[in-house]
Amino acid sequence: MHQRRVIPGFGLSLGFTLIYLSVLILIPLAALFLKAAGLGWQEWWNLLVSARVLAAAKLTFGASAAAAALSSVLGTIVTWVLVRYRFPGRRLMDAMIDLPFALPTAVAGITLTTIYAPNGWVGAYLAQFGIKAAYSPLGVFIALTFVGFPFVVRTLQPVLEDFTKDTEEAAAMLGAGRWVTVRRVVLPMMLPALITGFTLAFARAIGEYGSVIFISGNLPMKTEILPLLIVSQLEQFNVPAAAVIASAMLIVSFMLLFSINLLQRWLDWRHR
Amino acid sequence: MSISIQSIHKTFGSYKALDDISLEVPNGSLTALLGPSGSGKTTLLRIVAGLEFADSGSGKILFHGENVVNVPAGKRQVGFVFQNYALFRHMTVAQNIAFGLTVLPRNLKPTAKAIRERVQELLHLVRLDGLDLRRPDELSGGQRQRVALARALAIRPKVLLLDEPFGALDAQVRKDLRRWLRVFHDEIGLTTLFVTHDQEEALELADQVVVMRNARIEQVGPPQQIYDKPRTPFVYEFLGNVNKLANPNGPAQYVRPHEIEVKFAAEFDPSLDRLAVVQHLFSAGPVAALSVRLDDGQFLEVEITRKQLDELALSEGDSVALGLPPTDRE
Repeated sequence: MHQRRVIPGFGLSLGFTLIYLSVLILIPLAALFLKAAGLGWQEWWNLLVSARVLAAAKLTFGASAAAAALSSVLGTIVTWVLVRYRFPGRRLMDAMIDLPFALPTAVAGITLTTIYAPNGWVGAYLAQFGIKAAYSPLGVFIALTFVGFPFVVRTLQPVLEDFTKDTEEAAAMLGAGRWVTVRRVVLPMMLPALITGFTLAFARAIGEYGSVIFISGNLPMKTEILPLLIVSQLEQFNVPAAAVIASAMLIVSFMLLFSINLLQRWLDWRHR
Repeated sequence: MSISIQSIHKTFGSYKALDDISLEVPNGSLTALLGPSGSGKTTLLRIVAGLEFADSGSGKILFHGENVVNVPAGKRQVGFVFQNYALFRHMTVAQNIAFGLTVLPRNLKPTAKAIRERVQELLHLVRLDGLDLRRPDELSGGQRQRVALARALAIRPKVLLLDEPFGALDAQVRKDLRRWLRVFHDEIGLTTLFVTHDQEEALELADQVVVMRNARIEQVGPPQQIYDKPRTPFVYEFLGNVNKLANPNGPAQYVRPHEIEVKFAAEFDPSLDRLAVVQHLFSAGPVAALSVRLDDGQFLEVEITRKQLDELALSEGDSVALGLPPTDRE
């Protein structure tokens, strides 16, 4: 620690980082696990394999992954348009991407519900084809796509802006068609950022509550998500059960995010 | 393959980038498009490549007599080296070089073995043997440039186009690569067109120099001719060190510093010479540079050899007689 450093403030900033991590992340999480530990292993296990929790977990992680995947595809296209083309209204469109960040999620939820409900603008149309959007797992998926999408765009944007048109032109000069250029040059170069965007959208979707509870209908075993299950446990003053579900959710999320991280490292390493 | 550019126009909105450009690039030549930024040289290169399109209804671009205006870039058999090389970052050097061969339609695509051999051959040609598995970000600027060149050559182009090929390199590497490229061109004999804003580069490297300015061609010719017989004041000034002498009775006279003869003041011949006073002397280099003030108050830069300087034994403040070249030149 007695090494001299050119950049000042190492002690101060490290101290701040540790305090921040402790106060805002580690201590609350520790408290959560402590609460959950109040129950024995057997109770943990019984709670977690109960049909209702399993169904909610399947919906939460499944819909989140699917929504993050769709966000990645749509986000790629939208980013492409925003970065590569100049058209009137581009800046406005660019600013609109961030709306799901700023909008209170409840507002988003209510709005989406109104539109996708069987008598809503889009919902009525979908209903003609026998598709039920609101109050179904599909509704959960729609809401999660809505909140995850900006993460993908904002992660990809700087990367796409960074690699210049030259690279694509070089591919074209070498005889590659449009599709080959996208598949062999553009997508591989974007992949690391795309995975990051996917991860962020995925993480956000797992924890999402506000926008989902309105559109999902919250039918146990059918359209109930884990965060809602936790809240309903709390409302019944079953705090330990809520803590157990939350802890398990945290552990699973952490493992998922960590493995995506490893995958990304591996991709990166393979490219060195 | 010869390139013939015939009355090409290009406008971006209301901005004229190329105004009626016609140019012949002889087969096997090394031609430089030289000009300041905004002169249209890069636009012209990109139009020849097919990366940009000339205004509709404007002229033709012939490759060996065949109009290629409507041929897409990828089918023109043109090798293009971008200013920043535009290498594929996620591919190895070998994959970069092989790219143009691997994207060929199945019936034209060489076997994997043939591609490997071609890559090795090209790596050897650009003096990068053994670097096939490196990534672009592990290479120096000069090496990247040669990878870009090898990648462009892999498709056996009929024409090679280089956009500011040395622009992103530092001075020493730039000089080395310049010499190397000249020798390289003479070896493979590919018709080459390159863009530069550096007059030294154009004069040293090219067999034909095209000086461009404000969307038009100012002069075309071999380097020697461009340097010795500039046709316009712009070309005179753009091609480096020149003194502009105001003449009250006619157009300004342009004189290069080395064209001025320096004599003892005692040898002054009023009918031919001008009198001047040495203001500054710079002798740290292969030639000595003098800054002198003429009798009418104008300043001139003069270059003489170190030997001449010693013979004249000049110091600052001395009077000298200057023999200026005759003014009747083009």
